[in-house]
Amino acid sequence: MTTPAGPGVRRKLAINRLRDRRPVDTAAVDRFLARHQVPIVEGARCTFLYRGEADEVFLIHRIFGLPDHLPLRRLHGTDLWSVVLELPDGSRVEYQLEVVRDGHRMRINDPLNPNLAHSPMGSSSVCYAHGHSVPGWALFDPDARPGSLADIVVPSRALRRDCPVTLYRPARFRRTGRYPLLIVHDGGDYLRYAAAKTVLDNLIHTLDVAPLVAAFVSPGDRLAEYANSAAHARYLTAELLPRLEAELPLAGTPSGRCLMGSSFGAVAALSTAYRYPEVYGSLLLQSGSFVFTDIGHDHGGGPPFEPVVRFVNRYRAAPRRVADRMFISCGVYEPLIVPNRSMVPVFEAAGMAVRYVEARDGHSWENWRDRSREGLSWIFPGPQKYVYE
Amino acid sequence: MKVILLGPQRRPTLDAVVRSLDLSGRSGAVATITAGWQDRESDDGELSGLLGGRDVNLELYRRWLEVAELDPDYAAAERRLADELAERQDSYLLRLDHALRAVYALQRRSGSGRSGSAGQRGRERLRAEAVDEALAAVRELDAAHLRRVDAARGEFFADLRPHDRPVIARHRDQVADMLGEAAALVLAGGHVGVLADVLHLFNLAPVLGSGGPVIAWSAGAMALTDRIVLFGDRSPQGPGHPEVYGAGLSVLRDVVLLPHARSRLRLEDAARMEVFARRFAPARCVLLDQGTRIELGGDGGWPPGTRVLAADGHATALEAA
Repeated sequence: MTTPAGPGVRRKLAINRLRDRRPVDTAAVDRFLARHQVPIVEGARCTFLYRGEADEVFLIHRIFGLPDHLPLRRLHGTDLWSVVLELPDGSRVEYQLEVVRDGHRMRINDPLNPNLAHSPMGSSSVCYAHGHSVPGWALFDPDARPGSLADIVVPSRALRRDCPVTLYRPARFRRTGRYPLLIVHDGGDYLRYAAAKTVLDNLIHTLDVAPLVAAFVSPGDRLAEYANSAAHARYLTAELLPRLEAELPLAGTPSGRCLMGSSFGAVAALSTAYRYPEVYGSLLLQSGSFVFTDIGHDHGGGPPFEPVVRFVNRYRAAPRRVADRMFISCGVYEPLIVPNRSMVPVFEAAGMAVRYVEARDGHSWENWRDRSREGLSWIFPGPQKYVYE
Repeated sequence: MKVILLGPQRRPTLDAVVRSLDLSGRSGAVATITAGWQDRESDDGELSGLLGGRDVNLELYRRWLEVAELDPDYAAAERRLADELAERQDSYLLRLDHALRAVYALQRRSGSGRSGSAGQRGRERLRAEAVDEALAAVRELDAAHLRRVDAARGEFFADLRPHDRPVIARHRDQVADMLGEAAALVLAGGHVGVLADVLHLFNLAPVLGSGGPVIAWSAGAMALTDRIVLFGDRSPQGPGHPEVYGAGLSVLRDVVLLPHARSRLRLEDAARMEVFARRFAPARCVLLDQGTRIELGGDGGWPPGTRVLAADGHATALEAA
C-alpha cells in the first residue's frame, strides 16, 4: 500500500518503498530501474543511484556548502547503491560518481542517467531538480531566421599571434544598418557549449534582443591572457575593435559595445574595460572569477589566481566606473557566489548601473546559456516594446 | 474624418469591417500602409485577400529606404536625429525609473482602506497627497519629454526642409495622389516608431481622410494619436515602465491606445494600472484587444462600450452619456 500524498504528508520515497519489499532480488531491482528515470526526482528530494559491484560509491559534485563527496549506501542484498539529496526548486546540478573497487578509484558519469552537460573539461551527468526546465529559447527553433557565422583571423602585435575570431551576423544583416557589437570571451566554447548562435538567433527573432554583431574570440594561453593582461586588453581595444568597426556597419559608440565573459573570461572583460574605461558601455559578466582577499594572501585559488587577486584587490581598494551598465550572474551552488555577491555593491558604488541575477545552478555552460536572455535583453534590448502587430 | 480602430488582426475582422462600410460608391482602391512590418512590407498577400484584392500599398517603407539611398545628406541627418532622440529617451527613462519608483513606494504606504481614528485618517490624507505630488512629477516629466522630442523633430524638419528635397517631394506627391483617389486607408500594425517616422516624413497628416475612412489597428492606431506610449509588462526584465515615445499624426487627441492590452499589460495589478490611468488623465487609456471595433466620428467622442482603464485601475466599458 502506498502512502497517500497530500498537504503535510510526505509520500515515502521510491527507494524506501523498494527497501521495504521482501525479498529485494535482482528482478525487483531490474523492474525498479526500468520504472524510474534516474536520478529519481520526488519533490525536493532527488535519489541518485548506482548499480554494480563496488566497495564504495560516492556522489561527486561541486555544490558550494555541501561535502563534495557524498557516500552512496548499498541496498542490503543487492548491487544497488543510493543517496538522497534535497535540492531546492529549480535547481540544476552537474555531478559524477566515484566508484571504489579493490583500491582503485574510478570517476564516471552516471550510467543510469542519459542527461549530460559538456564543457572543455569533458562531460558530466546532470540532475534537473523539480521545477527546472530548459528555456525554449535555448533550443533550436526552425522558425527563427538564422544568422551567419564566419571565421576570420586578426593578426595581433599585442598578443604576438594570429587570433581567430568567429563573427556572427544577424539574419537580414544590412550594410546600411548600424549594429551593436558584442565581444565574447571564450567564444568557441560559448558557441559549442552554450548554444550561443541558437540563442542569438532565437532572441533576435523574438525581438527580445536587438539584431547585433558578435565577435567570438578565443584565447591562446587562457590563464595568462584572461588574468588581467594588458596585452589582451590592447588586442581587443586597439586591434580587434578598430578593424571590426572599419569593416562592419557597427554603432561605434560605447553604448553599442559590450564585453562578455564567464569565469576567467569575465575577469578579462572587466580588466579590459578597466584599462579602457571610455570604450565599452556595457559588460556582461557570468560567474566571474573575482577572487580577492580582505586580509592575508590565502585566496585558495592557486597560482593562476595570483594576478586576478592582485587586480580585484586593487579594484576593491579604489573602485572606479569602467562602463555604464553591468549585467552580472552567478550560480548559488558555485564557490564564486561569495565574491560575485561581494562585488555588486562595489560596482554600484562606483556609479555603474548593475543588474545582478542568481540561479540555482553551478559553474557551468548551461547556467551561462540560461542567463543570457536576461543579460542580453537588458544590455541590447530588442524592439519588442516598439512592436504591436 | 471617420476613424475605425480595431483590435489586433491575428483573427482578422478587417474584411467584415470593410464590407460593413459600403465603399461601393467610391471608385478608388483601398490604400494600405504596412511600413510597420519593415522588411516584410510587401508581404501583404493576406491583407490584400481580406480587402478583396482592391488594395494598393503606399509602400512607405520602400520609399523611405529609397530616400536614404538617394539623399545621403538627409539620411545622415536622420541618423543624427535618431541618436539625439535615443539619448533623450535614455535620460528620460532613467529619470522616469526613479520618479515612478517613488510613486509605487508611496502608493504601497498609503491606501490601506481602513477607516480608523482621526489621527489615522489624517496620516492617510497626507500619504495620499504625497502620492498625488509624486504622480504630478511623473506627469511633468512625461510632458517635458514630449515637448523636447517634438521640438527636436520640429527643428529637424525646419532645417532639412523635406518638401524642398526632390526625392522626398516626389514621394510625397505620389502618396498624396494615391491617397486622394483611395476609397479608404488601412494602417496595419508593426513597429510603431518606424510607422510614425514614415508617416511624418511623407506628410500624411494633411492628406489623411481625403481618401475616405481610416481603419487602423495596433501600431497603426497608435501612430494616429498625439502621444504614443510604449508599454509591455511581459518582457524578459519583467514589467517595464510605460514610456512616452513621441507624437504620431495627432488625428486622435487626448488618448493613449493600448493594443494587446490583455497580453501585454498586467491588468490584474489594479494598483499599477491605477498609476497608469491617473498618469495620463484626462487622456483616456483605451484597450484595443482582439475583436475591438471603435468608430469615431468628427466629434472626437468615444462611443459607449469602449473599454478603458478607469481611474481606479480597473478595465471598464464606457457607458452612454
